[in-house]
Amino acid sequence: MSNAPAEEIPAEEIDLAEANHIIDKYLTLPGNLMPVLQGIQDSYGYVPKPTIDLVAERLNVYPSQIYGVLTFYAQFHLKPRGRYIIRVCVGTACHVQGAERIVETFFGRLGIGHAETTPDLRYTFEKVACLGACGMAPLAMVNDDTYGKMTVQKVDEIVETYNQRPMK
Amino acid sequence: MSDNAAVKILICQGTGGISAGAKQVEAEFTRLIAEKGIVAQVGKRCDIVKTGCRGLCANDVLVDVITPELGRVTYDFVVPADVEAILDQHIVNNEIIEKKKAKEYYNTFVDQQMRVVMTGCGQIDPELLSAYIEEDGFKAIEKCVKEMKPAEVIDEVKKSGLRGRGGGGFPTGMKWSFCAASPGNHKYLICNADEGDPGAFMDRSILEGDPYCIIEGMMIAAYAIGCDAGYVYVRAEYPLAIDRLQKALDTCYEKGYLGKNIQGWGFDFDMRIKKGAGAFVCGEETALMASIEGERGMPRPRPPFPAVKGLWGFPTNINNVETFANVRHIINKGSDWYASLGTDTTKGTKIFAVTGKVKHTGLVEVPAGMSVRDVIYKVCGGIANNRKFKAVQAGGPSGGCIPAEVLDTPVDYDSLIKAGAMMGSGGLVVMDETTCMVDVARFFLSFTKMESCGKCVPCRIGLKAMLDILERITEGRGEMADIDTLLEMGATIKKASLCGLGQTAPNPILSTVKYFRNEYEAHIIDKRCPSNSCKELLLWQVVPEKCVKCGACLRACPSNAIKWEKGQVAELVKENCTKCKSCYDACRFMAIE
Repeated sequence: MSNAPAEEIPAEEIDLAEANHIIDKYLTLPGNLMPVLQGIQDSYGYVPKPTIDLVAERLNVYPSQIYGVLTFYAQFHLKPRGRYIIRVCVGTACHVQGAERIVETFFGRLGIGHAETTPDLRYTFEKVACLGACGMAPLAMVNDDTYGKMTVQKVDEIVETYNQRPMK
Repeated sequence: MSDNAAVKILICQGTGGISAGAKQVEAEFTRLIAEKGIVAQVGKRCDIVKTGCRGLCANDVLVDVITPELGRVTYDFVVPADVEAILDQHIVNNEIIEKKKAKEYYNTFVDQQMRVVMTGCGQIDPELLSAYIEEDGFKAIEKCVKEMKPAEVIDEVKKSGLRGRGGGGFPTGMKWSFCAASPGNHKYLICNADEGDPGAFMDRSILEGDPYCIIEGMMIAAYAIGCDAGYVYVRAEYPLAIDRLQKALDTCYEKGYLGKNIQGWGFDFDMRIKKGAGAFVCGEETALMASIEGERGMPRPRPPFPAVKGLWGFPTNINNVETFANVRHIINKGSDWYASLGTDTTKGTKIFAVTGKVKHTGLVEVPAGMSVRDVIYKVCGGIANNRKFKAVQAGGPSGGCIPAEVLDTPVDYDSLIKAGAMMGSGGLVVMDETTCMVDVARFFLSFTKMESCGKCVPCRIGLKAMLDILERITEGRGEMADIDTLLEMGATIKKASLCGLGQTAPNPILSTVKYFRNEYEAHIIDKRCPSNSCKELLLWQVVPEKCVKCGACLRACPSNAIKWEKGQVAELVKENCTKCKSCYDACRFMAIE
């Protein structure tokens, strides 16, 4: 949960078919707001504004209520995110093993801070609390790939590797 | 798992194992077995089994090879390149590869433990119902439904002395009886798998390694209390656990272990997974229910307790994963057996996630009442890199520190609280002389401050104010009055907060001030950090008297800031230094200040 101010949301054109499909799936389930929003987040990579209006209308809840939920939970994002999401664990075990150093090196290499995305939409960087692989501390993840026992040198290797990867 | 395979290869595939490359190891085994026609050579079938967490995550990938000739042999740190040798030497020629075999400490690590809850983890394939049934799966629920009345089941759990493993330690049987006594035909059962404490991962490992035992535990509770629907609230950060549990639920529905009239016993129970969305406070039961209802996960005052008025206003019973995992063993082996384990006030076993500066990090399950010293030194092999032990942080952000002088505290609910820590979720983070206690307190507080939901003032504003003070201290701008302010604020926040998050958030600060006041004073009066850890207070220079001229700092430095030649004292060149502290961690002699 961050205490960041509300973000400016650009108006955008998106295809709502997928969102409608997700809403159909959960329409009759009690407490369906979260699963619907999670589905949209997974499918679009973030929660676009038009989908919020759509959900409000179809589930008969206020948009303010939806924003309340979206801004409360760390998992939801209101802006597009990078193609490669770099997560550095700052849980207790990683902290004790020097995670802060890894975080700062990434900041320096990517020029972005926590929960920010590079302008070219290649990287999003996040500090996260405990990914649960404390035996490998300090730990970093890029999308679904895990990199254990991180060092400052390994940060450079990772950024080099993913700079070469395609954007699609 | 089929029993007719003479050769079994068990590959650890918990999150720890997979992040160490278990998938690649498995693929290599599969490929080579097919390619070499091992089956034809030894005339038997090889069987590769995926298993959940074995506990010793630091040494993944762990591979057990079981053959009739050699019995069970464990290899650690296995990489795909080792696979061929294991197959050729071990399986075909029956020779153990001594240098790849897990050393003596692995046996110590295993023998010192007492596996009750984690019996299935790392032994059976978590995705196979048949494997679970072979291990007496669903025997306990069958016994309950066929031979016992619901009240008898509750009595059995009461007699066993089981207490809530989420950390609170409330007697489980009593909790069940409250909910059972609530009027109404429609009741909910919730399994709290929102394991948010940084540094604890036992719940995740149980879900990944033995998902059926949670389902069975919940079925027993549902029968005893009279619940007809259940939710498992799992952290979103645990995709593998969600995936395996979902598979297990689907299989149970398919085979008639869930749904209407289960196995023809005349008992109905429905279960589904509810994914969390990344909020630590949702581990608090009232916040968790709000989250399931699709709201912001904010706690509400109790009473009314969930047992009276919970999810959507219906009576609800909530237990932690590890609590449910204990239930089938109590029913199968009897409450007397269970009550014979542990201490007077804490029965059974407890799983701890031991991490930090200890030789063998991982999950250990020990009988309650073992001393903290034994957990660290006997089971986990002591402190890494020959450094000095300083403290162990027990119970995550809501717990406290246990310094060397009270290291003989037994691990049970009451003794830990007496020592100023708490059982909490069971995370034990071991710290050595290079860990600064003020910084640890600051770390936990920054976590709880960030995760505070903001509903009540003491927690929202109080934690922020305390954090500001701690940040000042670690940056060398603290004053002596700050310590008293911290103690006073901590006491107030503990008393006045709405939920468990705020009520326990000051604990790490209170306990570090209690045991390590000298470190606070060193930061404030001498403006230095005794552990050489707080960046703002470092001098970035080598202490010639302490330097043993080993060159470890040079190898660790990424920015050419160390000048060193063989037989010379190292020198730190400030112009090149990026202040990343790699050299501090590399030096084993605290020779950089």
